[in-house]
Amino acid sequence: MTRKQRRLTIIGGSLAVLALAAALVLNAMRDSIVFFSTPTMVAEKHILPGRRFRLGGLVQPGTLKRGDSLAVTFEVADGGAKLPVAYRGILPDLFREGQGVVAEGALDASGVFRADTVLAKHDETYMPKDVADALKKQGHWKDDYGTKANAGASQTAQGAAQGVKQ
Amino acid sequence: MIAEAGHYALVLALALALIQSTVPILGARLGDPALMNVARSTALAQLAFVAASFAALVTLHVTSDFSVANVFENSHSLKPLIYKITGVWGNHEGSMLLWVSILALFGGLVAAFGNNLPLSLRAHVLAVQAWIASAFYLFILITSNPFLRIADPPIEGRDLNPVLQDIGLAVHPPMLYLGYVGFSISFSFAIAALIEGRIDAAWARWVRPWTLVAWIFLTLGIAMGSYWAYYELGWGGWWFWDPVENASLMPWLAGTALLHSALVMEKRNALKVWSVLLSILTFSLSLLGTFLVRSGVLTSVHAFANDPARGVFILLILCIFIGGSLTLFAGRASALKQGGLFAPISREGALVLNNLFLTTACATVFIGTLYPLALEVLTGDKISVGAPFFNLTFAPLFVPLMVAVPFGPMLAWKRGDLLGAAQRLLAAGVAALVVLALVWAWTGGGSTLAPLAIGLGVFVIAGALSDLAERTGAFRMPLAIVARRAAGLPRSTWGSAFAHAGVGVALIGIVCETTWNSEYIATMRPDDIAKVAGYDLRLDGLRQQQGPNFREMIARFTVGLDGERLAVMTPSKRNFTTRDASTTEAALLTRGFSQLYISLGELTGDGAIAVRVYHKPLVLLIWFGPVLMAFGGLMSLSDRRLRVGAPKPAKALRGLQAAE
Repeated sequence: MTRKQRRLTIIGGSLAVLALAAALVLNAMRDSIVFFSTPTMVAEKHILPGRRFRLGGLVQPGTLKRGDSLAVTFEVADGGAKLPVAYRGILPDLFREGQGVVAEGALDASGVFRADTVLAKHDETYMPKDVADALKKQGHWKDDYGTKANAGASQTAQGAAQGVKQ
Repeated sequence: MIAEAGHYALVLALALALIQSTVPILGARLGDPALMNVARSTALAQLAFVAASFAALVTLHVTSDFSVANVFENSHSLKPLIYKITGVWGNHEGSMLLWVSILALFGGLVAAFGNNLPLSLRAHVLAVQAWIASAFYLFILITSNPFLRIADPPIEGRDLNPVLQDIGLAVHPPMLYLGYVGFSISFSFAIAALIEGRIDAAWARWVRPWTLVAWIFLTLGIAMGSYWAYYELGWGGWWFWDPVENASLMPWLAGTALLHSALVMEKRNALKVWSVLLSILTFSLSLLGTFLVRSGVLTSVHAFANDPARGVFILLILCIFIGGSLTLFAGRASALKQGGLFAPISREGALVLNNLFLTTACATVFIGTLYPLALEVLTGDKISVGAPFFNLTFAPLFVPLMVAVPFGPMLAWKRGDLLGAAQRLLAAGVAALVVLALVWAWTGGGSTLAPLAIGLGVFVIAGALSDLAERTGAFRMPLAIVARRAAGLPRSTWGSAFAHAGVGVALIGIVCETTWNSEYIATMRPDDIAKVAGYDLRLDGLRQQQGPNFREMIARFTVGLDGERLAVMTPSKRNFTTRDASTTEAALLTRGFSQLYISLGELTGDGAIAVRVYHKPLVLLIWFGPVLMAFGGLMSLSDRRLRVGAPKPAKALRGLQAAE
């Protein structure tokens, strides 16, 4: 093999691997990406049943109901709209009424959000960033959150507001 | 007083770093040994001052001085001593101080033990270290000073995030930082080589041990973090493809590539430009990881309350260092002569293949991690890229790499014999096929992917063993000769065999855990029995207990197998009043390499409790593999060739280089 051929072999091999990687990435991008929505966005966009997305908002106080064998229902609100959520399983430690939540799943035919994952990804102020951003964008940040939150959560709500103000 | 002293020491460290980043360079330009030697003393002095500063912060935390904002925010007088100490880096300011302390430590080590380095190279390396250090000292002093006082000191602190009150915090961040920051040494060596415009095999011989040290710590740090998440978060998951985890995985992938390419450079004087680029990229990815975690663009247990000024500052550091080093690379790389020709099928070729796949895999992780951020900045759409994306991209790229791993050490340098290597791997291949068939038969032909992946893992392990057998002549020669040969084998050969076997072990663990783990979720009342994977778990009862700074509800389970009583497991749920937060303390029962895992949910009104039980077959192999890799790294580090010190660099006689 000449020097040129050797070099071409290596360059050709590299390009082949890169092309493979690009194809894999593009393929995965098409199928496995999940969008984030709030209840208001769900109402506006008419997301089709069965399409997976992440739902973020506040757990509406007083709506958490526990059924048999770990079935849970609650409503997620963002000040503008509400969306009922059904979930089966153990809720994360940081799940509270009046506080932020992110759930992943899809709508069913009757318009209930069937969650298969409820995320506990909070920072130390117990507010998912996606939710905080969405609420701020809609202008429901401090007033809504501070007053609607029940007594137990109000302390952390202030903490969250401070965390954002800094 | 201690806070002010700590603050002052940090300012002095910055001043020393500024001297260290300018004077030695000037000395190298002027060829003045005295000025170049300034680097050594300032690096050691800088280490002393930053260590004093760190000690001051530890003292403040241990004595619970709540007049210091950082202590007030993250400590509590009732907290156990160990968490008072680990709480020092359980927050943004403290962890950045740990970051620069480790940076200064590495600089100090180069200064103390780099006596056989050429004077100008050492001056340049330490100066580059000091550039990085200066940037981060400024960052700490301007945006994240841990020594700020509060005007009217409160009586009690706000306590540390309960999730972090665990022994994992004592080990995981320091390990991870030793890894992250350790790569700064190879970065500094690369920049120094570019500034000096010369690079040779001796350079690689200095860089390799430092890279190896960083890589060992990063490997252990990632594994430790994964195990911590597994037992502390109570979901039984050990890797979530969370951006913060990816941030540590990317430097690991690039660093692993660098280890292998530096090998080619050291042995064969080839791949110089590529090794320099990899050094730059590896540390850039470490910086990127620091940015992702510290800037608050992501939310996770790792992100402490953030403010945008910090993010902008780190982004600025990131742009200056990555942009600057890549510009320097673009300008000077052509000055570095290429040498050491090799055929595509050779040890070098195999290592190039390794580098190709590792960096490509790293690139897919990079895209998956940063694409959501880029999209949000550009269009405002929020998306999440999770495990499915990485399973579809990262995994297929890792499979060919794993197939190639056993072949690499079997091939000769310069020109290898693929057929010969394949013949020597015949036993390993047969072992893999036998295991594949056994697993497939035993699991009743369920999933085909899992037995294949396990077969691949066995192939990698058996391949590493057959390499050792081949070299020692095992099964062919008398035992005495084999023993003598084994003793005479370079430790780096043992090291690479262990590390490669570790990859296979981890793969088997990952596949077994994800494919055959069984889960049981239900509400249980006392005396209820849960049946999971053949085990009977009886809930004996619940009781309350008061801990030092929390209240705890403990459930008692009796575990039985085939009617025989095995053990008692006591998972609990802790409630921390100061932060109004609770944590789940899972109970683990280890059986061989498998584990039973119980975590508690919430109490229902009528005295029942939600319980989550997992049986995780061979789950411990997931972490045993990385430990084996790190052990291999350690053996390689103790190799005589690296211990006796690097030889003098080649004289600048380029004319003698082989030209084909």
